[in-house]
Amino acid sequence: MIEVKNIHKNFGSLEVLKGVSCYIAPREVVCVIGPSGSGKSTLLRCVNQLEKVNSGQILIDGEDVTQSRVNIDRIREQVGMVFQHFNLFPHKTTLDNVTLAPIKIKGIPKEEAQENARNLLRKVGLLDKANVYPNQLSGGQKQRVAIARALAMQPKVMLFDEPTSALDPEMVGEVLEVMKDLAREGMTMMVVTHEMGFAREVGHRVLFMDEGKIMEEGSPEQIFDNPRNERTQSFLSKVL
Amino acid sequence: MSHVMPGLFGINFIQTLMEINGLKLITSNLDVLLLGALVTLELTALAVAFGMILGLIFGLAKLSPQRRLIYGIATFYIDFFRGTPLFVQILLLYFGILPMFGHVGDFSAAVIACSLNSGAYIAEIVRAGIQAIDKGQMEAGRSLGMTHGQTMWYIILPQAYKVVIPPLINEFIAMLKDTSLVSLIGVSELTLRGKLLYSVSYNAAWVWGTVAIIYFIMTKLLAMLGDYVERRLATE
Repeated sequence: MIEVKNIHKNFGSLEVLKGVSCYIAPREVVCVIGPSGSGKSTLLRCVNQLEKVNSGQILIDGEDVTQSRVNIDRIREQVGMVFQHFNLFPHKTTLDNVTLAPIKIKGIPKEEAQENARNLLRKVGLLDKANVYPNQLSGGQKQRVAIARALAMQPKVMLFDEPTSALDPEMVGEVLEVMKDLAREGMTMMVVTHEMGFAREVGHRVLFMDEGKIMEEGSPEQIFDNPRNERTQSFLSKVL
Repeated sequence: MSHVMPGLFGINFIQTLMEINGLKLITSNLDVLLLGALVTLELTALAVAFGMILGLIFGLAKLSPQRRLIYGIATFYIDFFRGTPLFVQILLLYFGILPMFGHVGDFSAAVIACSLNSGAYIAEIVRAGIQAIDKGQMEAGRSLGMTHGQTMWYIILPQAYKVVIPPLINEFIAMLKDTSLVSLIGVSELTLRGKLLYSVSYNAAWVWGTVAIIYFIMTKLLAMLGDYVERRLATE
């Protein structure tokens, strides 16, 4: 589904990704953990080309998205993304946030797009908020709308960039519940997270990153119960 | 003492008479000045309207440094029209450049010069307005598969317009005052009509005082409109 091959990424003189390779199989949930500044979010943002890599390949369904001739907009339709700070469109209602892209990009008739959007809002438990603006929603509600907005494009894979890091603690659960439902339905997911409980319970595979490299990867049991790398051990001893 | 009083009385009398003459001059020519004010408003409205189109185009161009050519053109255009006096721009266009393209009337020349000048200032307003919108909005739009242009049109610009409107009204007010410069190429707007009225009456205080008051009323009304719009946008 997604194959990342030896990517490097610099911000000026700072090298944030130092040769990262990984893959995500269809229907797999991969959680990326690691300390701040380790390059987790950059890796995720490179996958849908919000950041351009300096070298290396990223294949999505066999297509190398780092090539300039690739129509990245068509590929991004297949790759949903949820941001740490939600990034809802403040001038549009919840329903319009969800229907905008399907109507404008896919040319889906408005009625049909709204019907789909209502189903998605029902799924994330926010059907009653369809006609309110984002500034009237709590953080957890905003993030659930953001998930519905990404799902409306019927992506094959979903990227989550620290989706609960900006939330008040009591709202983390409601967002994680929605993500668990998605995982149960078989959505392919790549999740950058600090929620170790989620990674252990939902993740099929866990990648531990530090200093721009993947230091260790394995099943949640292996990473959390028997970490081999000492960086992983020291990181987990601080967060668990 | 007794022969001084009539003298004093006489001076007061003449002053009063002059004042009445000034008042008469203004009341009997007010329609001429007001028609001039109408030309001023028309010119300003056209200049700012065209300026908004130019400003949107060049403001967006100024945000694409990776497209070297259009970025370079936009930078030169904005720097040139903000970095030289409008007065000189009017002279250059009317006497120097526009005649090369055949006959262009003084009003059209004035509209062209003021539009180009206004466009440069509005481009900077547009650029600042767009940059004020959170970077995450563009990323969210792009991550859904929208193109840069679609995201700009459906997501960024509808939010940026709120940021842009107050400085845009300031630009309108500034342009309204600056159009007085086109009196130099014979556009019969408020200042030129004031000049003509002065040259037949030599009553500077009354003529220029009235012209100033008319300008002041126009700009004050615009500023009040600006405050109203700003309040409306704030509560929206």
